[in-house]
Amino acid sequence: MSDKKKLPAFLSDKKYRGRLTSFSMVLIMYIVIEILMNTGNLSSLFTSLLVPVCCYIVAAIGLNLNVGISGELNLGQACFMSVGAFSAVCVSGSLASSVPDVPRLVISMIVGAILAAVFGILIGIPVLKLEGDYLAIVTLAFGQIVKSLITNMYLGIDEAGYHFSFVDNNVELIPGGKMLLNGPMGATGTQRISTFTAGVVLVVVALIIVYNLMFSRSGRAIMAARDNRIAAESVGIEIVRIKLLAFGISSCLAGAAGALYGLNYSTLIPAKFDFNTSILLLVYVVLGGLGNMNGTMIATIILVLLPELLRSMQDYRMLIYAIVLILIMLLTNNEMVKTWIQKAYLRLSTDRKGR
Amino acid sequence: MKNKEMCKRVMSAAVAASLALTLCACGGGAKSSSGAIKIGGSGPLTGPAAVYGNAVKNAAEIAVEEVNAKGGLQFELDFEDDAHDAEKAVSAYGVLKDWGMQVSLATVTSAPGAAVAPMYRDDHIFGITPSGSSLAIIYEDPDNATNPYGNVYQMCFTDPNQGVASADYLAEHPDLGTSIAVIYKNDDNYSSGIFTKFKSEAGVKGLNIVYEGTFDDSNASDFTVQLKKAQDAGADLVFLPIYYDPASLILTQANQMGYAPTFFGVDGMDGILTLEGFDTSLAEGVYLLTPFSADATDDLTKNFTAKYKEKFGDVPNQFAADAYDCIYAIAQACEAAGVTADMKSNEVCDAMVKQFSSMTFNGLTGQNVKWSTSGEVSKSPKAVVIKNGVYVGVEN
Repeated sequence: MSDKKKLPAFLSDKKYRGRLTSFSMVLIMYIVIEILMNTGNLSSLFTSLLVPVCCYIVAAIGLNLNVGISGELNLGQACFMSVGAFSAVCVSGSLASSVPDVPRLVISMIVGAILAAVFGILIGIPVLKLEGDYLAIVTLAFGQIVKSLITNMYLGIDEAGYHFSFVDNNVELIPGGKMLLNGPMGATGTQRISTFTAGVVLVVVALIIVYNLMFSRSGRAIMAARDNRIAAESVGIEIVRIKLLAFGISSCLAGAAGALYGLNYSTLIPAKFDFNTSILLLVYVVLGGLGNMNGTMIATIILVLLPELLRSMQDYRMLIYAIVLILIMLLTNNEMVKTWIQKAYLRLSTDRKGR
Repeated sequence: MKNKEMCKRVMSAAVAASLALTLCACGGGAKSSSGAIKIGGSGPLTGPAAVYGNAVKNAAEIAVEEVNAKGGLQFELDFEDDAHDAEKAVSAYGVLKDWGMQVSLATVTSAPGAAVAPMYRDDHIFGITPSGSSLAIIYEDPDNATNPYGNVYQMCFTDPNQGVASADYLAEHPDLGTSIAVIYKNDDNYSSGIFTKFKSEAGVKGLNIVYEGTFDDSNASDFTVQLKKAQDAGADLVFLPIYYDPASLILTQANQMGYAPTFFGVDGMDGILTLEGFDTSLAEGVYLLTPFSADATDDLTKNFTAKYKEKFGDVPNQFAADAYDCIYAIAQACEAAGVTADMKSNEVCDAMVKQFSSMTFNGLTGQNVKWSTSGEVSKSPKAVVIKNGVYVGVEN
């Protein structure tokens, strides 16, 4: 098309266009929502969904980096969220009396992200040395392990310091103490310090990290290793190192997302981050498009909002949700629908020119 | 390629536009227009815990119908699904708030309840949970049972309360058994909540716990290992602070092993006699502490059970009974305080807190029910024993 030539160089380059779309999308949504919120036009339902949507977006972007860009299947993204969430809740609970909200949120999220990344790298080192779908199996198992471990962990804090016990709860606190982790009850009485602004900042940071990685030397190496491992190895790419990089960043983002999530609710149970949540995140990624960060964001927003918007359907809600899920899957892969939309678009644009 | 890009752009624009529309469409709070007081509530209507949520919803509907049929104050119920998930419960709370809820049944289950309780406090809306038994629903600091939210009340016993009551009962009745084994579900906060308090109270009362067995979701079908260990430890009483589903398996498997201790359950055990495919003769001689039994012969219970059966086809459990009582308690408090449908939720809240902390309520789950200012209920659990397939009250 002729008008494309008029665009500045950085817009016509695919490398920058996706990035620009992402950031402008996030910015516009943020501004619109902030305006609605400050004028009191945003319903309570949507206000309550803002932070979890941001969390899921960040975790899904991270997962897309691993599944779409690096080509390694991960069935346990939720367990990295879990690690991030519970460590952040503990950090925040410990610092509750001494550090103000905003720095506390930042510190907790950093700790959550780092811990999740450490776990990610630890399990990644042996697994990514193998070829094939081993990462999927191991992350699946790791998810169960993390859930069971946290379900059996008891951690309390009082004037005398930390008290920890495992399986049997032997923690006895001096009155005034606080249980940070309480076995199957998870964390209760958490101060809710997450904000929508923090969520948007996290989304932007995640996008910057992922895009910069994608279009860097390492990013090209990651994709090369995904497309043809042998060829990539033959030109001297260290497969394990670069795959580990992608997986580490992916789990790190999940950890940060989990931290934000955990600090958004006054209670958090380990069973929340189970296999179902991992699969849900994978659904966001697959429906949004592997390697497509904009698609992932849109798919996440729609699929988180959908069950809430369908509440008026009462009993048919989950049924319709499933049908919509299947329809999206069929439509986004259907050549006929694609050409139909293209034709419609072409007709629209020629009409406009005709006038 | 260009076309593909375009198509993507059109799609994303359409999506963004539709999202913006939905965001705006739902803005603004609703006002009660029908002249009925709006009662909200959420519980698991889908998912594995759906049986509890549906029981509460059904019973609450019956109660609202009955109260409305009397004339007088009119009520309207909106019961949302939270799938036993804190995140969904918070959005359900948003839906209810947008609807204009004035009083609430809070949540059915504990973890979601703990998530929404601070929101009830912040928005100053009165909530009374029929069955959320965790301390975290009514106290901001559940570890020390301090800082109550003040406007979130409970209709059921708290978990610790049940654990303590069970231990006290066993201490007073050594004839039931003196060597106690406990089998509890350690990934369930109801079960482990009761167990923790039972254990500490047992220590105080000098009860002899010879075996502690645990299970979780992944192995809730085979209990022979735990039962064998309990038998080897010489337990003549097995305390089961669990729901009736796994309890029925325990009873069946103990019977197959030829192990016949006294079984002692709590309110989660209620429902075992109506479980499909369960041989109720195995439940003979099982003791349980429960606030409600569907077989009780007083008029209120008979009437409620009959109505519930007629409308929904099954026997109500204690969740249903608690929900029924909640609605009646709300109605009683509203009438006493002169609450009207056009009052704002925070005015209703003040009136309700005043009433609930001072009134006495008689319902299905207890007589002379009272609440403390922190929202905890005080009613006495009834010990019953199963004889010939029905609950028989045990004299103290």
